Amino acid sequence: MIPLSNYLILGAILFAISVVGIFLNRKNLVVILMSIELLLLAANMNFVAFSHYLGDAAGQVFVFFILTVAAAESAIGLAILIIVFRNRMSINVEDLDELKG
Amino acid sequence: MEAIYLSIPLVCLFAAIVAGLFGTHIGRRGAHTITILGVGIACLLSIYVFVDVRNGGIFNGAVYTWLVSDGVPFEIGFLIDQLSATMMVVVTFVSLMVHIYTIGYMHEDPGYQRFFSYISLFTFAMLMLVMSNNFLQLFFGWEAVGLVSYLLIGFWYERETAIFANMKAFLVNRVGDFGFLLGIAAVLFVFGTLDYAAVFSTAPGAADMTVMDPFGNEWHWMTIICLLLFVGAMGKSAQVPLHVWLPDSMEGPTPISALIHAATMVTAGIFMVARMSPLFELSETALSVVLVIGAITAFFMALIGLVQNDIKRVVAYSTLSQLGYMTVALGASAYSVAIFHLGTHAFFKALLFLGAGSVIIAMHHEQDMRKMGGLRKYMPITYLTALIGSLALAGIPPFAGFFSKDAIIEAVHHSNLPGAGLAYYAVLSGVVITAFYSFRLLFLVFHGKERMDEHTRAHLHESPRVVTVPLVLLAIPSIIAGWLFVEPMLFGEYFGSSIFVNPEHDTVSAIAESMDGHVSAWAMMSHAPHSLPFWLAVSGIALAYLFYMVAPGLPGLFASTFGFIYNMLVKKYGIDELYQAVFAKGSLLLGRAFWKIGDIAIIDGLFVNGSARLVGWCSSIARTVQTGFVYHYAFAMIVGLLSLMSWYLWS
Repeated sequence: MIPLSNYLILGAILFAISVVGIFLNRKNLVVILMSIELLLLAANMNFVAFSHYLGDAAGQVFVFFILTVAAAESAIGLAILIIVFRNRMSINVEDLDELKG
Repeated sequence: MEAIYLSIPLVCLFAAIVAGLFGTHIGRRGAHTITILGVGIACLLSIYVFVDVRNGGIFNGAVYTWLVSDGVPFEIGFLIDQLSATMMVVVTFVSLMVHIYTIGYMHEDPGYQRFFSYISLFTFAMLMLVMSNNFLQLFFGWEAVGLVSYLLIGFWYERETAIFANMKAFLVNRVGDFGFLLGIAAVLFVFGTLDYAAVFSTAPGAADMTVMDPFGNEWHWMTIICLLLFVGAMGKSAQVPLHVWLPDSMEGPTPISALIHAATMVTAGIFMVARMSPLFELSETALSVVLVIGAITAFFMALIGLVQNDIKRVVAYSTLSQLGYMTVALGASAYSVAIFHLGTHAFFKALLFLGAGSVIIAMHHEQDMRKMGGLRKYMPITYLTALIGSLALAGIPPFAGFFSKDAIIEAVHHSNLPGAGLAYYAVLSGVVITAFYSFRLLFLVFHGKERMDEHTRAHLHESPRVVTVPLVLLAIPSIIAGWLFVEPMLFGEYFGSSIFVNPEHDTVSAIAESMDGHVSAWAMMSHAPHSLPFWLAVSGIALAYLFYMVAPGLPGLFASTFGFIYNMLVKKYGIDELYQAVFAKGSLLLGRAFWKIGDIAIIDGLFVNGSARLVGWCSSIARTVQTGFVYHYAFAMIVGLLSLMSWYLWS
């Protein structure tokens, strides 16, 4: 039997990879979208693990919700990405500093 | 009666408002009709009140309470007694004469209605001042006459010099008024009331109250109060060293010089001190100061009058000197004599000023006496009235000035305050100077060679009736007011209880005693040929005749021989220059320093711009945190979340 902690460690590693992916990435907006997907999957991993060990199916139901939301979110994200590309002819993260004070 | 008292000042105020605000609607004729009507009614009512007071109708009471602050009522009230009734008659009569005269003098002036509005307003303010029964209303009238004086000196506001003069008058008066206000505050502090009657009745009990100054000297409250009040009188009545504004005030139109700067407003200080006699009598120090200041003014200002060439300035310096005489009388505790001289002086000095104005009209607003001469045959009425005025000023019996001036000199002679000896010689030698400059004026203007140019000479003629009638009407009291009033005013019960004199320095009674009880106008006149002042006056006139009629080269000779003294007099002892250099420049420098350091550096620089700059500096640092990259914000969120969680876990 694989202990719970292994799943949690895997979830934490996935989470850490996605966070690092968001921060270290300077070039491509698509990578940020992919990292967000990974981040959500890390959360899903925890949900599934806890659901299995606690014997409660609610956690697995939640995963479906999250997957749906993630799909919708990446669709919107890609749409924004295309609009950004049309306007600026670039998806370079360095160029997107409109929020600067 | 109360309604009559109230209507005397208010009718003048009403006329002033109508002429001032609706001047364009009612026109010139309307403006002078309504103001003359107003002042005429006030004059008649004043005479009625005067007669009533002579029959014992004394009134003291408040007509309106403005507010009550900490138990002290601030009221508008009237104290109608012999003193204020006398002042009311003098003020309204001279004002009426000046109103009529103005029709002629300001004939062509575009500010005709404005002028009438101002002088009516002045009459209102002056009446409020003299009729007051409390210090607050006195102060109100005091400031209001100062304001009108300011407005009228600068009446011709296009003139640079007029603006300078009215500013100067206002600022110098501010110095005096500051002392006056402090004096009133001291009265309120010591007595807890501003009502005359209440203050005067408790004053003897407060005579010994003292206060320590920071250097450990002990001061009597009475001395402090009286000296502070007298500072106010020095400003308003142009006593040395606050006299500098009065000669410059001659920039105003001549009727104003007559009404405000000779007959009435400048005597407000004299009136005030006489009114405060129950206080001044308690402080010999204050009386002594009053005496010495008056003597200095009387003598040194008369000297300057000797060398002036502007006809109005000669009369102005003479006014200063005569105000000094009145102040000397106050210092010698001869309050009744001071008021007596105030009254006679109001008539003959207004007469002299209006006479000078009549000459100025004829000379087409030329005021230099060196360009006049021989006007006697062109302007007989002006000449005759000016002669009467000059004789009264010089103190020749039986003209009004003789009695009052003689009484002042005698009173000082009998005074034994410190400084009385000095004051006696000052006023005595003042007599010869007074006679000299007044007849110098008369000879230069009306006698001798005609020194004006051809054009002016061709147009010389007597002034119109509106000018000469006031002259004649003022000449009459200049002749008779002296012997008519000398006996009751000085030695009778004329003033009743309105003036209080401590028996210890009752110089007026001492005069009566020295005359063996024969106190009448005739006795004074018959005594004149045996007295020094009379011969001094005659010798002054004789000297003037010698200098300007017999040997016209003498004045120039004297001027070059005593060049130093002559220059000093022409420069008015350099006091104007001194004030200009020290006080005017000094306050400009001070103001500049406050502006540069206080305003620009500290307030603008440090507080206003400084705080803005500080915020800007802080935010310029804080701003670098906001890079605009979404992942930086996300990172901040995660770091925050992590730290919150660790805090939650490990605390």
